[in-house]
Amino acid sequence: MLQMTGAELILRLLERQGVRTIAGIPGGAILPLYDALSGSDTIRHVLARHEQGAGFIAQGMARVSGRPEVCFASSGPGATNLVTAIADAMLDSIPLVAITGQVPLSMIGSDAFQEVDIYGITVPITKHNFLVRSAKELLEVIPAAFRLAMSGRPGPVLIDVPKDVQNQTVAFDAFPEPAVAEAGPSIDPTAVEEAARMINDAQQPVLYLGGGVIHSGAAQQAVTLAEQAGLPTTMTLMALGAMPLDHPLSIGMLGMHAARFTNFVLEEADLLICVGARFDDRAIGKAAQFCPNANIIHIDVDPSELHKIKKAHVAINGDVRTVLEALLPRVKVQLRERWLSHVESLKTRFPMQLTGSANPRTHYGLIHAVASLLDDEAVITTDVGQHQMWVAQAYPFRRPRQWLTSGGLGTMGFGMPTAIGAALAAPERTVVCFSGDGSLLMNIQELATLAEEGLNVKIVLMNNNSLGLVYQQQSLFYGKRIFASKYRGAPDFLKIAEGFGVAGVDLDAADNPRAVLAHALSSPGPCLIHASIDREEFVYPMVPPGAANTEMIGG
Amino acid sequence: MIEQVAEPLQQAGYAKVVLELEVNNHPGVMSHICNLFARRAFNVEGILCMPLSNPERSRIWLLVFEDQRLEQMVLQLEKLIDVLSVRRHSAEHEVFERLERFFH
Repeated sequence: MLQMTGAELILRLLERQGVRTIAGIPGGAILPLYDALSGSDTIRHVLARHEQGAGFIAQGMARVSGRPEVCFASSGPGATNLVTAIADAMLDSIPLVAITGQVPLSMIGSDAFQEVDIYGITVPITKHNFLVRSAKELLEVIPAAFRLAMSGRPGPVLIDVPKDVQNQTVAFDAFPEPAVAEAGPSIDPTAVEEAARMINDAQQPVLYLGGGVIHSGAAQQAVTLAEQAGLPTTMTLMALGAMPLDHPLSIGMLGMHAARFTNFVLEEADLLICVGARFDDRAIGKAAQFCPNANIIHIDVDPSELHKIKKAHVAINGDVRTVLEALLPRVKVQLRERWLSHVESLKTRFPMQLTGSANPRTHYGLIHAVASLLDDEAVITTDVGQHQMWVAQAYPFRRPRQWLTSGGLGTMGFGMPTAIGAALAAPERTVVCFSGDGSLLMNIQELATLAEEGLNVKIVLMNNNSLGLVYQQQSLFYGKRIFASKYRGAPDFLKIAEGFGVAGVDLDAADNPRAVLAHALSSPGPCLIHASIDREEFVYPMVPPGAANTEMIGG
Repeated sequence: MIEQVAEPLQQAGYAKVVLELEVNNHPGVMSHICNLFARRAFNVEGILCMPLSNPERSRIWLLVFEDQRLEQMVLQLEKLIDVLSVRRHSAEHEVFERLERFFH
């Protein structure tokens, strides 16, 4: 018979689950759990400076490892500060287990100090959530949380644990087995046959890969399918890296900031094979006018995504890797010379125009300079805004999980703490966070965590002293009525970095910015690389919100 | 720019349908289900919930409009971990008809 407190039980179960790093911030209602954590030999705690930072650090670990990772927060404001990071994980299908302290059971509902209904708050932003009412329940709840987070379409799970449950003694016979992911749904073989027939018969097919390809580890199968059937392949923001950008069949990212030719190729498709993507509005523009001539094959592990936005002619519910493996032997080898040469001619006529890419003092040039100094082993994170779209357009992503970005929720402040998490999960890799001045300020406090951990994270700050994408939309769509998007003050980010104990370099002041950049990227430890960007540089091409993908402006 | 303008949601005029859900019986299940309908502005006309003979399970009856979003609503309901099954019945199902007299 084993006997321990609820807090110790949580820790043992996390250890048995293979958790090795937890990000969090302690507070009154979670102190028993922190007391138990202090005695753990196997789990390391990373003290964030804001719970949102802790949530994104855990996300960074999970996005790199593909496994559920854990963050801790106390009750009340600690828990509510996690909300944005949890919602972000929900929209990008990231496995995350958030554990929050709660006021004692008897005080729940009494408006006790630092009491908030985080269970109720997180209902719409978690895959599932738990309010634990006895220490004994933890034996089921903790493994269930991990199982749910990683099974099927991954996502965040929250476990709210009242303080008295953490202190309660529980006796039990044996630890439950660590959770494993459930097998995916069984696949309909006739649908697979039909999909193969449609691919074999199509004249102008396009393969459309989404984040599900990354999550299910199906990049290799997706590339094989493309090569076997001669499929031009586009990727969503979440899928960048699934197929190397320089692969001859890659037509790059689709949607709002795609190259013109990519959206034109989709316009002409007679078959769209959507794998692990969800027809998001930023990817497809006006739904009714997306791929107007195409039949649709939709493969997704989440049955509620099938037919949600676009009615599929063949819908296959299943893990995308399993489905692709079933599909591959049925798909004929085809060269498709006519279609691929037409795609190539569209690419020549309407290419992605990366102006200034040879000059490291421009936005595209800076991204290319960073890419040229790194290899594919580096991890790239971004914040949200113009810099994010420029990196998505210009960085040569070549492997899954090389690219970590906040796609669905679009959370400014995501980049730096996620980079910290990535570096914790993969300390041998260089991690580069491209950020903007607006985004970086939203979680700037995590520079303290970064300095403390001494991780190999380089922040490339593209500073235009404004909320650039807002400035762009006001300039283009709101009669140039610029409001609340230009900063009047201009913080000195290099001094800020210095104040936190992080090294900094200023490319503006450098005679040879490429050499300074090279030195900064190759020196171990954290560094802030500052570069000013022209505020009048916009992200082009652009599909105006609500327009069809072929109605692009600029570029 | 092509402005994105919300279109008013109209549910009246659609036929009604009765959904029968078997769910885990614990506090919070109702909030998961109601939240799902509420945030999509999908009106629930009637709701009835009682524990089953197995006290770990409850049955929930929902009276809803059969608009074009219902398919998606059912798929979302089926994704909820505490929802074990969802069955559809026509609006003539007697569960709500027999309740009528308590409301008139």
